[in-house]
Amino acid sequence: MTDRIASGFHPFVLPFLVGMLFVLSYCLIGMVRILFQLPREDRRRFYLSLINPKTALKNVKDIFLNCLIHVRLWKRNPLLGYMHSSIAFGWFMLIVLGHLEVFLFVPGRAKLLYYPIFFNYFVAESDTTLKGALLFFLMDFFLLMVLSGIALAVIKRVRSRLFGMRHTTRSSALDLVGMYALWLIFPLRLLAESLTAHISGGSFLTLPPNWLALRIFGYEIHMLPAWWAYSAALCVFMCVLPFTRYMHIPAEMLLIPLRNAGLKIRNIHKGFAKVEVLSCPGCGVCIDACPMSASRANLKNCTVYLNRQLRRGNKRRINQISDKCLLCGKCEAVCQVGVQGPELRVAHRSSRRYGINQDYSNVVPSVPQGGHKLLYFSGCMTQLTPRISKAVISVLDKAGVDYEWMDKEGGLCCGRPMMMAGRKEQAEQLVRGNTRLILGSGADILLVNCPICYRIFKEEYDLPGVRIVHHAEFFDELAASGALTMAPGKENICYHDPCELGRGCGVYEEPRRLLSQCGGLVKAGHEKSESICCGGSLGSLTLSYSEREAITRNSYADLVVSDPDLVATACPLCLATFSRYADRPVRDLAEIVDKATD
Amino acid sequence: MDFGFVLNPSSTVDLGKVDTTLYDRLARRCPDVKTCMACGSCSATCSAAQYSGMSVRKVLLGLQRGNDVSAMLSNCMLCGKCTMVCPRGINTRNLILTLCRIHDGEGSK
Repeated sequence: MTDRIASGFHPFVLPFLVGMLFVLSYCLIGMVRILFQLPREDRRRFYLSLINPKTALKNVKDIFLNCLIHVRLWKRNPLLGYMHSSIAFGWFMLIVLGHLEVFLFVPGRAKLLYYPIFFNYFVAESDTTLKGALLFFLMDFFLLMVLSGIALAVIKRVRSRLFGMRHTTRSSALDLVGMYALWLIFPLRLLAESLTAHISGGSFLTLPPNWLALRIFGYEIHMLPAWWAYSAALCVFMCVLPFTRYMHIPAEMLLIPLRNAGLKIRNIHKGFAKVEVLSCPGCGVCIDACPMSASRANLKNCTVYLNRQLRRGNKRRINQISDKCLLCGKCEAVCQVGVQGPELRVAHRSSRRYGINQDYSNVVPSVPQGGHKLLYFSGCMTQLTPRISKAVISVLDKAGVDYEWMDKEGGLCCGRPMMMAGRKEQAEQLVRGNTRLILGSGADILLVNCPICYRIFKEEYDLPGVRIVHHAEFFDELAASGALTMAPGKENICYHDPCELGRGCGVYEEPRRLLSQCGGLVKAGHEKSESICCGGSLGSLTLSYSEREAITRNSYADLVVSDPDLVATACPLCLATFSRYADRPVRDLAEIVDKATD
Repeated sequence: MDFGFVLNPSSTVDLGKVDTTLYDRLARRCPDVKTCMACGSCSATCSAAQYSGMSVRKVLLGLQRGNDVSAMLSNCMLCGKCTMVCPRGINTRNLILTLCRIHDGEGSK
């Protein structure tokens, strides 16, 4: 391999250089700005995590597996996984091998940024070496890999259903520009390298077109237009990249170390939240996952559109989208880069100011007598479904547990609804009030039957020496220890995972284990982390009654696909919501256990 | 002088003189308040009723009569039972939050 052009320069590299320098400086300045927007302690934490070998290793591993190989996407949808990893990993390998070629054959040019990209133009094959042949083969192989990914992308654009996606994101105008430029880059590279292959050498992909062109036209086609076009496509892609969804490529590489450092969203427009928003690839997996997609009118209220509006700074739409969400957490569960849709929305809600700020200092709930091992907190919503608390009490009596019912006469709310409305100060007042009551009672166990309460007790309450359990877990333990013996019924039961208990707290197995002892457990259409919100969630502030009805009916239809005799759930709100439209009995776990232990 | 009885002040409401600015602003943002039929289901289920006399029905009535409702709202915990039981499907939580937002907090309009 020898240098073909003495100066090592040709004007066609200029568009590429402009694009490259622009995108590099944009990302660098953006990164510094974001790091400075982080609160001081978060920034410190981030820097410390970078020098911690364990987190540093995890960062490298996560970036390699998620940004290049797209392991999570492979697990969810292998076809989409191949499409993304072929483009990302193939392109990465083309760049790496391009550098390797420069270092091996023309080390004097290694300092030039554009040399590895346009290597084939600048060199001539002197005599074929084994090393060169292998590298040429690899270069052609990875180019073919990228081209296959691009071909899949084009097909997906036309028929997304072939890839198992019912809805995809509607692209913005700049997204389309970026996308078409990205699609053009690699065919143009193939064309340019093919037309140069008789000089620079090539392999199985580039030599045949070169030979064919010579046979068909009978003369050598001028190669420069192809190289100019290749450079121009690169320039267009890199110049629009910061303003399109392709910004997720550099942003995710920052998001992974920030997340591994354990940072949390504090301000929706700054720092960590900003990186999350920029990391959204706009793939639209969350559109099909969102329970609101049951009605067409709400298709544009899922996380991918929230991220887009946050980038654009459209206040009206940001308000709309963040207020409507049910905070069920499914978009986060299916998201490939782990954008925290619910947390972003709560952060936005908490930026609001209120004229009336609730104050609960005058609220004096009845104080538990104390002296009991277990304190039972039924929560507000259970007052609407007293059959649950009745069943819980009955089961506790049967198991001979020493308990006290903390809010029998009504009491303070757990604070979760206020927290979800973004009113942290009010929620904290309620948390403090309940903490005082619970610690004052001297109980060892706090039993709750409402996942909404359960989640905030787990996340926000500081209750030293008190174990917080949901009745699904507690009854499961009682059954395991032999305190409860259940006689299995003949009914087929389908269990609905409440969002707050499942995705919120990760309790999936206990209720299933309990139910399988009470009857035949059948599967729902979507289960566990994929379960669909019942539509009653307190997370949504503005969803109307009729919109909720569409969600509930859709979720219910998914639950009863295996035609169970009854539907079970472990949340008073899901119970009340499903009961409205259900065509078969809906029961709480406690009721079923109570009946089976009779 | 004690006659052994007292005269209650008149409870007449002169709707012509009532200032319903706040109610009108609320109705513009949450049009469903107009569908309330004052059944009182929300009052019956309210967790805060025993502490601050909260009742969405009374809040709406009070606003239509130009009364100060901020004291009632001050103990709402947003638990959402009133929304669950409303036979008209009014989003009472959104109504309360909107009212808290557009209220200037001084107790007046």
